[in-house]
Amino acid sequence: MSELSIKGLHVNVEQKEILKGLTLSVAQGQVHAIMGPNGTGKSTLAYTLMGHPRYTVTEGEVTFKGRNLLDLSTDERSRLGLFLAFQYPVSIPGVTVANFLRTAVNARRKAQNPGDRGIPIPEFRKLLREKMDMLKMDSAFAGRYLNEGFSGGEKKRAEVLQMAILQPEIAILDETDSGLDIDALRIVSEGVNLLREQNVGVLLITHYQRMLNYIKPDVVHVMMGGTIVESGGADLALHLEEHGYDWIREKYENGIISG
Amino acid sequence: MIENPVIVTKKHKETKDSEPRLVIKPEFFDSDPVVRDYRMRSWDLFNSLPIPTDKDEDWRRTSLKEIKFDQFKLLDQITKNQVRIPAQLSEPMADQKHGGQVLLTPWESTLHLDPEIEASGVVFEDIKQAARLHPQILQVMLEKILKSRTNKFSSLAGALDIIGVLLYVPKNVQVKAPLQSVYWVPTGGYVHALHVLVYLEEGASVTYVHESSSPTGVAEASLHTGIMELYVGEGAHLNFVELQSWGKNVINFMRENVTIEKNGGIDWVFGALGSKITKNYSDLNLVGEGSTGKMSGFYFTDGQQHLDHDTQQNHLAPNTTSDLLFKGALLEKSRSVWQGMIYVAPNASKTDGYQSNRNLVLSKDARADSIPGLEILTDDVKCSHGATVGKIDQDQIFYLQSRGLQREVAESLIVEGFFDPIMQRIPFEGVKTRFQNAMKEKMEHIA
Repeated sequence: MSELSIKGLHVNVEQKEILKGLTLSVAQGQVHAIMGPNGTGKSTLAYTLMGHPRYTVTEGEVTFKGRNLLDLSTDERSRLGLFLAFQYPVSIPGVTVANFLRTAVNARRKAQNPGDRGIPIPEFRKLLREKMDMLKMDSAFAGRYLNEGFSGGEKKRAEVLQMAILQPEIAILDETDSGLDIDALRIVSEGVNLLREQNVGVLLITHYQRMLNYIKPDVVHVMMGGTIVESGGADLALHLEEHGYDWIREKYENGIISG
Repeated sequence: MIENPVIVTKKHKETKDSEPRLVIKPEFFDSDPVVRDYRMRSWDLFNSLPIPTDKDEDWRRTSLKEIKFDQFKLLDQITKNQVRIPAQLSEPMADQKHGGQVLLTPWESTLHLDPEIEASGVVFEDIKQAARLHPQILQVMLEKILKSRTNKFSSLAGALDIIGVLLYVPKNVQVKAPLQSVYWVPTGGYVHALHVLVYLEEGASVTYVHESSSPTGVAEASLHTGIMELYVGEGAHLNFVELQSWGKNVINFMRENVTIEKNGGIDWVFGALGSKITKNYSDLNLVGEGSTGKMSGFYFTDGQQHLDHDTQQNHLAPNTTSDLLFKGALLEKSRSVWQGMIYVAPNASKTDGYQSNRNLVLSKDARADSIPGLEILTDDVKCSHGATVGKIDQDQIFYLQSRGLQREVAESLIVEGFFDPIMQRIPFEGVKTRFQNAMKEKMEHIA
């Protein structure tokens, strides 16, 4: 059983501390939702876990499958089974979705077995078609340049497609619901649920509860001021939807004063 | 005493200017008067022109100062080296089995032309052979060379022992199978010249692939100066692919001139991978109404390579169309220059001209200069240009790495994607594969 374990994580961005001692564990097969107002460090957490060079860990530890994640390069983290669905995926002009995915699959195979000659084309085609069908994507999509000229919904769907092909053990979804209309949200959520059935652990970062109508979380965390201030079950999200964050903010600030 | 240093400085400059002299004395023993006359006129022209300096606008970014011209000797006709051309060079690059092939070295040539194609009147042969068998066609082409834009090094090319290929396609003959020529120079130390001459009569069409190449491991430098003169008659169409894969010790000067008659067209693909220094002039002359030219170029440099491409799209008749896309990537300490000009003559109304040059600089020590230009002397035209010099976006690298691609694989993929628009313009898998392999080799070499 793979587990992503974060302990007392402090992270700076350009000398400014954004994460201030965050602790969290996500096991395979679980869905943890992280909610919270803007600017509390949710995306910083996502980028830090994936190893973006702009984010500096000053304190704390992150382990995944018994390895110190912070010692690994971004590509090693990916190959170990971590995945990040980006809020704003960048475009790679001239590289088709299919070509990119095949390269990504082969990078995994080659890391495992240096003599590997890459996935046979028919096998890859079958895999790609199967996952695209699952996400109700038109087959022409595979021939388009990665994220180039994609609509918001297409970008998010492409992120979930990548996740479906790469089959991570833990996936971080960074605001995957933003920019999706209700149909796209349903399709993307169904895709995530299918992966969850295959025992993927999910760390789902979101502003809104609406995605949680489709993807039922095991645990809901509220982030504020660079740390987790409240955790609970799925009903916590509903409560937040109804009452907003003010009650937590009050409780948290009072807590700091009294603590 | 005060004036002395001034005099010294001037003297110093003078010796520098006179340093890079070629110390060669070509002999004109050609049995064919057409060739002999051409060579002698070129030699006179060569001697009348000064060596370009960095004061000449074209040469401001490409210096000749480091070149020791006196080290190059004329090709020695006595040592007729037996040369084997590497097999990969003679493999078909235009997908189908070729209809004809000319394999050239400075000392010998091997010719092959499908008998059916030959029977249709197509001439595809070594220039020396053409001088004997088809002197009239050769004479027409050599005259065209002397009448078009020449320079110091193209006139040098004309003066040297004539080596090259002549392709002639008669009126309304459509050559289906592609033709290919290879020029292979196995040794260093020489100054040598190659001529590629193509003449398409009215309504003719052909696909022609040429590659100039030499081994990478030769220590001695060489000076190659080449001339390409292409003529596309009325309603004729030429698919022309030229690849330059010289070794890293070659100084390469090229002068290319294409003339397109009424409703004729050229699809011109241009690939540059090798040489130490290249200065390449490519002129497209749309002289006939409704003529079109598409120019697609790629270059990929590493080490200390310096490649300078100077393109000219001359719209000299109404309703003419040109479309140029040159893309280059640069590694290590290499440098590239692209200088382009679209010229629209006063009578060339309804011209549609486009030029674009994109560069991807992959190392902090590499440098790309990109200088577009328009000179439009009439109204009612559509002309535009674009030039960019960029680096790989680190967020792209991070994104690809987050999918498990090692950094160097991510970079290769981005470079591959960068060149994709050019690859899309090349209709031949063989040419694409050659370039992609060279690209991978260069990327692996720095990883």
